[in-house]
Amino acid sequence: MNAIYGLFPDTNTARRALTALRAACPQFHLNPKAIIIMSSEPLEEDGFGWDEQRTVMPWLAPFGALVGAGAGYALSAFTQRTYPLPTGGMPIVAMWPTGIIMYELTMLGAILTTIVAFVVATGLPNYKKRLYDPEVTNGKILVGVSELGSDCRAELEQLLYQGGAEQVKEFPNG
Amino acid sequence: MATNNASKATVVDIPSEKIRKDLLLPVFHTSRRYYVLVFVLVAIGLPGMFVYAYQMYEGMGVAGITRPVFWGFYITNFVFWIGISHAGTLISAILRLVNATWRRPVTRCAEAITVFALAIGAQYPIIHLGRAWLFFWLIPYPSERGIWPNFRSPLVWDFFAISTYITGSLTFLLLPIIPDWAMVRDRATGLRKRVYTVLALGWRGTPREWHRLEVAMRIMAVTILPVAVSVHTIVSWDFAMAPVPMWHSTVFGPYFVAGAIFSGIAALIIVMALVRKALHLEEYLKPIHFDNLGKLLLVMSLLWLYFIFAERLTVWYGNQPAEMAAFWSIQRGRFAVLFWTMVCCNFLIPFPILAIKKLRTIAGTVIASSTIVVGMWLERFLIVVPPLEHKYLPYDWGSYRPTWVEITITVGTFMGMILLYVLFAKFVPIISIWELKGGQHAKPIAETANAAVSPPVIRLNDALPSTNS
Repeated sequence: MNAIYGLFPDTNTARRALTALRAACPQFHLNPKAIIIMSSEPLEEDGFGWDEQRTVMPWLAPFGALVGAGAGYALSAFTQRTYPLPTGGMPIVAMWPTGIIMYELTMLGAILTTIVAFVVATGLPNYKKRLYDPEVTNGKILVGVSELGSDCRAELEQLLYQGGAEQVKEFPNG
Repeated sequence: MATNNASKATVVDIPSEKIRKDLLLPVFHTSRRYYVLVFVLVAIGLPGMFVYAYQMYEGMGVAGITRPVFWGFYITNFVFWIGISHAGTLISAILRLVNATWRRPVTRCAEAITVFALAIGAQYPIIHLGRAWLFFWLIPYPSERGIWPNFRSPLVWDFFAISTYITGSLTFLLLPIIPDWAMVRDRATGLRKRVYTVLALGWRGTPREWHRLEVAMRIMAVTILPVAVSVHTIVSWDFAMAPVPMWHSTVFGPYFVAGAIFSGIAALIIVMALVRKALHLEEYLKPIHFDNLGKLLLVMSLLWLYFIFAERLTVWYGNQPAEMAAFWSIQRGRFAVLFWTMVCCNFLIPFPILAIKKLRTIAGTVIASSTIVVGMWLERFLIVVPPLEHKYLPYDWGSYRPTWVEITITVGTFMGMILLYVLFAKFVPIISIWELKGGQHAKPIAETANAAVSPPVIRLNDALPSTNS
């Protein structure tokens, strides 16, 4: 099964082709999720990819922060009790310094969770051969279909050209 | 209207292809001047490494630190570089959060300073240790050595704070570089292509990738701000928690943070001017960027003056004998020249330059910033050394004079910092290309509000329209 895509010079033509592709989905039995867009800059302000905006990433960061705070307390409390230092009658685990360790590890927890969440959510790193065209980084906008039946290739190619594609290419999905 | 014009002036109006060409040129083309610069930096910096090896072989006796002044140049440099590191991440995070359009050409220059300044600064406690091979004793983990680190020690707090800050700053720097590395990957050939293919992580630029990147950057911006403040506060507590005259002060936390931001912005302006000149980025780093940062620097100069006055007034008014000894040694004793040089460098010279609009040019802000960097190094030195020379018990007084070993190592690390930055500018576009291009879409608010029709929102997975209109 191959993929077909067009390279568009600007957001207006890309948007036109995208609307046409979506409209053509029932006719060609295409899954709307198989429509793919790529660009060299974020196009959310131009109205692309709004359905990709739901993510739990902002909720995971506070969760990571809580885990970090707990780890900070556990580390300092456990180790101070295990190797007690003479404190002249003061508590072995004092809240002021423990609070500082907890604070730093709270933030570290949020940071590390954000990194992991980003990696998981984007699927990076991914070095497999996937649908892509280096022209994207030359400023072209790629709009295409990643799962294409053999029966509608010509129609989709025409549709992409009509939308304003400068080039239409096929990509073997393997 | 004036605001609108200013905002328009910051939006880079250059064709995308030219942006890519200009900003990728240093990555693909290496001039002879570049090799000469790297050679000069290595030549000046390398003796620092040999001298450090000499210090390790001979022991800390070759450094000037001796009883009672056990903290000298190395700790001064540590505080100085941690302060400089506040340039990038803090400024970048604030500007990102307030969505300041003019930030776009500035952020990466700034974030890189943070990472490299932290890397250099974090070496100093290890250099100061003497036995560098035992550096892992700084790392607090349960062990059977019987020297479990004391969680009450600010030096252990430093470890946690700096580790968190360097992790966050590195992430903050690297995440937005990924799309630019993908751009280099698509243009490169041979070994360079293989290297950048690995670095780009398989980035394709799908809406999902872009959105997750922007969400991650927003979270990082929110997270890194309190970390940055905490780092320099904790560095200040290295001093403030000690019963040493003029150190045991509640104002030290905010005083250090303000000083760090002050020196950080100054360093950023110098770096931006050098990068602008060396890489011919005049169309991207415009006078307005220097003007805006110059205004920030002006505010910080006043804030610095306020803090130093408040700190010194409190000591003078308290009139405690031990504190006054340290106080007068700085004000009119053997450190007076350094003190008044510091005041000139941090306020008397930069204030008029930055306050008068005609003088707040690129050259003006660079001159002001250069004096500030010198002044802030002197400030760190004056915080560290004079109080240690005048501790509470007069029989424990002494004096400190840096040796050639400390000076050579200091020069070496300064060259190391510049070298890291020069190498970075070679391997990474020093201005974020995708953010700059994104900035071209950013319209002044009034223009956006007047737009008659907003672009239609495309939802890939929405219910399909009934007609193909």
